[in-house]
Amino acid sequence: MANMLANIFGASPVRPLEKHMEIAYRCAKKLKPFVAAAVAGDIEQMQKVRAEIEELENDADEVKKDIRLNMPKSLFMPVPREDLLELLLVQDKIANRTKDVSGVIMGRRMKIPAAIADQFIDYVDANIDAAKQARKSVRELDELFTAGFKGAEVNLVADLIEELDQMETRTDKQQTEIRAALFEIEKTLDPIEAIFLYDVISLTGEIADMAERVGRRLELLLS
Amino acid sequence: MEAQYVYIGLAALFGLFMAWGIGANDVANAMATSVGSKALTIKQAILVAAVFEFAGAVLAGGAVTSTIRKGIVDAELLSGTPELLVYGMLASLLAAGTWLLIASRNGWPVSTTHSIVGAIVGFAAVGIGIDAVKWGKVGTIVMSWVVSPLTAGFIAYLIYRSVQWLILSQEDPLARAKRFVPIYIFFAAFTITLVTILKGLSHVGLTLSIQESYALAMAVAVGIAIVGAIFINRIESNPKAEKKEHFYTVERVFGILMIVTACGMAFAHGSNDVANAIGPLAAVIGIATTGAVASQSALPIWVLMLGGGGIVVGLATFGRHVIATVGKRITQLTPSRGFAAELAAATTIVIASGTGMPISTTHTLVGAVLGVGVARGIDAIDLRVVARILVSWVVTIPAGAFLAIVFFFLFRAVLP
Repeated sequence: MANMLANIFGASPVRPLEKHMEIAYRCAKKLKPFVAAAVAGDIEQMQKVRAEIEELENDADEVKKDIRLNMPKSLFMPVPREDLLELLLVQDKIANRTKDVSGVIMGRRMKIPAAIADQFIDYVDANIDAAKQARKSVRELDELFTAGFKGAEVNLVADLIEELDQMETRTDKQQTEIRAALFEIEKTLDPIEAIFLYDVISLTGEIADMAERVGRRLELLLS
Repeated sequence: MEAQYVYIGLAALFGLFMAWGIGANDVANAMATSVGSKALTIKQAILVAAVFEFAGAVLAGGAVTSTIRKGIVDAELLSGTPELLVYGMLASLLAAGTWLLIASRNGWPVSTTHSIVGAIVGFAAVGIGIDAVKWGKVGTIVMSWVVSPLTAGFIAYLIYRSVQWLILSQEDPLARAKRFVPIYIFFAAFTITLVTILKGLSHVGLTLSIQESYALAMAVAVGIAIVGAIFINRIESNPKAEKKEHFYTVERVFGILMIVTACGMAFAHGSNDVANAIGPLAAVIGIATTGAVASQSALPIWVLMLGGGGIVVGLATFGRHVIATVGKRITQLTPSRGFAAELAAATTIVIASGTGMPISTTHTLVGAVLGVGVARGIDAIDLRVVARILVSWVVTIPAGAFLAIVFFFLFRAVLP
């Protein structure tokens, strides 16, 4: 009898979702030291950072699993359960893509050509910034729940998402430029290496894409 | 003559047991919301509960007690055999107390009110005869069990929507909260005071005219609102905590309001649930001292005090652990949400107490929480649990009845 009132409350997915986004962002952020090491050709450092990325990606998976297990169909929530699960999925993909990018670079012991190195570092930074903006938006989730998805808080989040969109557009532009720069020098590179460089560039861009999709998912909750 | 002392002694013992059970277990549900939202510490909650449960029981517990005492069984039929009613009431107390004990141990969500009403109806219908039950009145009571959670849910929905509209969805929720929360405090204090004065105070020897009642309630409410406003103005925003959580300080303002509604909730709970323990006791005392069933003797105040005291003892001995456990698990109910649920439930319960309806505090509170949920106020409500509560609602009544019938025949065979 005593626990009856307590049991009415299912586990709130809000804080765990914020936590998951936090981990996914921290994972993406590791790409910066990783790429720096790759540019410098410091294999040892790359391995070390790569291990950290894998660990964070695993953590994100654990949290994801927990959230899913604690979100039974019988929960009555202010927003559709499906929308929250979709949000979780795209958040998780930020960590996944980070792992993919670092995996390809690590596995092939890739060296970023000096001609595009600075551009590539900027490009990675911009993708990480997009993930950071996604985190900033998701951090508003508990406020959104408190405010009942109405009023000033909704406008605030809508503005954050708007910014996020602009950030993603910027990474798209950078991607076009960096591909053009790579095209200029591709004849000087080992062909297979060149192919995988293109691959890494588009994989990296997906981090910002996923960040933008986090924004899209949040936006759905606002309407 | 001696048999009467045995009756009164047993009834007081069982009544105390029941009151203790209510205090140990039921009160937790009423107070845990405040502890869970961190508006009160456990110690403060115990203190608030002790004072206001007792006050509610003594000041406003009379009407429901009277319903339990003589509203369910048609005493006219028993004028020749008053001892049957004594056995029945003793059996009901013991049955409800036992059932509560079993249910609590198994974690089943049952209601003290439902078990005692089920028990009384059970012994009367089977032990005495179908006609001995005032079915019309029982029908009204059962209706009130359906109506009270719905009413509380509806009120909670309206209150929480108003909070969202006036405060939470605004540009500057803190300034708005500081402006509006004293008004909510006023309404909370006004409603509960007014209903208490209008419906409860007469048996304490205080009779006021309607105008005087309104004036007094108004004065009390304004006083409480002013005190609340002073405390609210002392709250300073904490930029560091707010960076992590924008509504941090806003919730602290609502915390003040929640202290008021927690008092109201404890008062309401005392006013309604004390009857479950002392209603049957009062019936036994009435018969034992006058020797007649249809006694019009007033409810002795010491009986109300015994019930209130029993609840407080239960609270102090056992209830604190339960409050701590439940409080820890309902952190979702922040002050802005919790107060809406508490205020709606307390208002509904106090009105029910005033009209003599024995309703379930916990179920009313559940209704109120669902109302806040429908207003998009709660992150996640587990509907499976809600369904289980509905089932336990229904199961408790026959269970209480069955036990009461067994005890009734036992007492009739054993007691003088």
